[in-house]
Amino acid sequence: MIRTSRIVPAIALAAVLFGGGAEAQTIKIGVNEPLTGAFAASGTYVVNGAKIAADEINAKGGILGKKLELVIEDNKSNPTEAAAVAEKLITSDKVPVLMGAWGSSLTLAVMPKLMEYETPMVVETSSSGKITTTGNPFIFRISPPSSVEAAAFKGIVDKLALKKVDFLVINNDWGRGTAEDFSKMMKEKGISVGLVETMDQGAQDMSAQLSKIKGSDSETVIVTTAVDQLTLIFKQAAALGLKKRIITTGGSQNPDQIIAQAGAAANGTMHLTTFLPWFPEKTPNPEATNYFVSEWKKRGFDFAGCTESFRGYDGIRTAAAAIEKAGKAEPAAIKAALWDIKVKGLNGDIVFRKSGPEGKESGQSQPNVYLIEITDGKVDMKTL
Amino acid sequence: MSEFLQHLINMLVLGGTYALLGIGLTLIFGIMNVVNFTHGVLYTFGAYIMFIVVQQLGLNFFLALPVAVVAGWLLGAVIELTLLRPLRGSDIDTTMLVMIGAWIAMQSATLWIWGGVAKSVATPFPEAPLVLGPVSVSWLRLFVLAAAALLIVVTYLLINRTKLGCAMRATFQDQDTASLMGVNVDLIYTSTFAIGSSLAAAAGALLGPVYVIFPQMGDLAAVKAFAIVILGGLGNITGAVIGGFILALAEELGAGYISSGYRDAMGFLIIIAVLIFKPTGLFARSERVG
Repeated sequence: MIRTSRIVPAIALAAVLFGGGAEAQTIKIGVNEPLTGAFAASGTYVVNGAKIAADEINAKGGILGKKLELVIEDNKSNPTEAAAVAEKLITSDKVPVLMGAWGSSLTLAVMPKLMEYETPMVVETSSSGKITTTGNPFIFRISPPSSVEAAAFKGIVDKLALKKVDFLVINNDWGRGTAEDFSKMMKEKGISVGLVETMDQGAQDMSAQLSKIKGSDSETVIVTTAVDQLTLIFKQAAALGLKKRIITTGGSQNPDQIIAQAGAAANGTMHLTTFLPWFPEKTPNPEATNYFVSEWKKRGFDFAGCTESFRGYDGIRTAAAAIEKAGKAEPAAIKAALWDIKVKGLNGDIVFRKSGPEGKESGQSQPNVYLIEITDGKVDMKTL
Repeated sequence: MSEFLQHLINMLVLGGTYALLGIGLTLIFGIMNVVNFTHGVLYTFGAYIMFIVVQQLGLNFFLALPVAVVAGWLLGAVIELTLLRPLRGSDIDTTMLVMIGAWIAMQSATLWIWGGVAKSVATPFPEAPLVLGPVSVSWLRLFVLAAAALLIVVTYLLINRTKLGCAMRATFQDQDTASLMGVNVDLIYTSTFAIGSSLAAAAGALLGPVYVIFPQMGDLAAVKAFAIVILGGLGNITGAVIGGFILALAEELGAGYISSGYRDAMGFLIIIAVLIFKPTGLFARSERVG
């Protein structure tokens, strides 16, 4: 009896030592994503994509001879929580680099924390222009700002013969920023802008806004929000007999999910996306796209999530490449290395160019933007 | 004009479910005087029961509704027996804190079981809406309105025309006298809370398929339910029904003609106005005893 009672603490001590030892052998990347709340579906997809990247990197021997470890925290789709999560990841988990925080309002809330702790963050999804123009040198964005989306869309507006458009956007930095950038581009093209309607990020009933849009004299509606709200909008628009052309922006639409949930109501709708999982051969990096899509399917995830999750995959590979280049897992070295990397992303090469006020520029990569159309329940690519 | 008609149709459909949420809470908050923070969770619970029965067990949509009502009744009874009964007679603050704890615990449990990603429920109704001239409305929402109306009428009759309802009203007016008249007060407490809870679950089960189902869906619903109850006057079923429609009307017209960004604020602006000018609510009877 005496022997066993001595063995138990010995095992416990060994476990602590080995556990601690193993911990020092990993390199951490902090992941700050919405896993609950209004953007839960999107954030979960991004995290699953991030895990594929981490597993792939670890299978090839990790980085700098150590295993890569993702420290994943839920920001609850709430800007206050996003800032708190960033602080926790940096001060308590001691991560040298972050990826996050999905939504523009969430990322904007995190940004002062990055300045405070001088830790860089790879921004994988947010599209508000403000993120890279306010002078935060710790921001490295791989997703397109809404002005880039608007510029890409500019090429096709003549072909679509747009005359007057209404907007229905999520009432936050993302939605309002998109309405602003797209309105500017439309006006340059001589297209008139009618209603600009907003909806709360947690709103489930958009019938009032849609009824108003139904009564307007525009022929097209530009809708910007995440997939859950988007499917509700398609269903509610169909129920109201709204017959206008719907074009969505933001890259968080998951067209397959719209087809599955909105059914016939999805036909004829167009979507600006930043990834083409349906046509790997048309992507800038077909081999990597095929690998990612097959790995995604192998893990039993919903194919619809690919258009979202690839950003998590690319984001982690970007952060890992910077750590490798830096030669050490320290924030300042990683920040410097981010300027020098070139990662073959699923949507084009990830190379950071300077954006924002001189002396404190943020990094902005230039991904591709595609326009797809849903016809007879299938995704078709439109040439921009 | 057609836009206005469409807003009115939307208001009717939305108001029906708001009314349902309101009468469930007015029973508990207004008549029992329990500040029930679990009302929103029971709404969520009803929606998840719908998801389990229809999507996971593959059973009939119309069968799932009564299942959700019964499940809500049972969960309500359990909450009353385990949390509220031991606290009966203690001050309102203690009860309120316990109910906040129960709300957080139950919401976390739904998150733990089903995850944070929203779920949707398939319905047997056609996708194409019912078109009436310039306005249209989905069949699912019409069904929800009809079901809500039925539940409201049944509840009204239960409270006002049955022996149980009479005993309920007596108990919450004067517990001791009711007890002397042979009313089983314990049973009345449990059944009132269970009935209120089952109405919340019914509202969730009806609205879950209209929208999407996720663990925090009950939060906004609960806030609105409180607003409706206060608007209509505590404990007044007719008031809660009318309050539900007023809130829906304010939201529809506010979003339609003022600003959609402030849609959810409209209802609460009305509440503030009501509380300033008629603090007992629009329809509270002066003889009501808390």
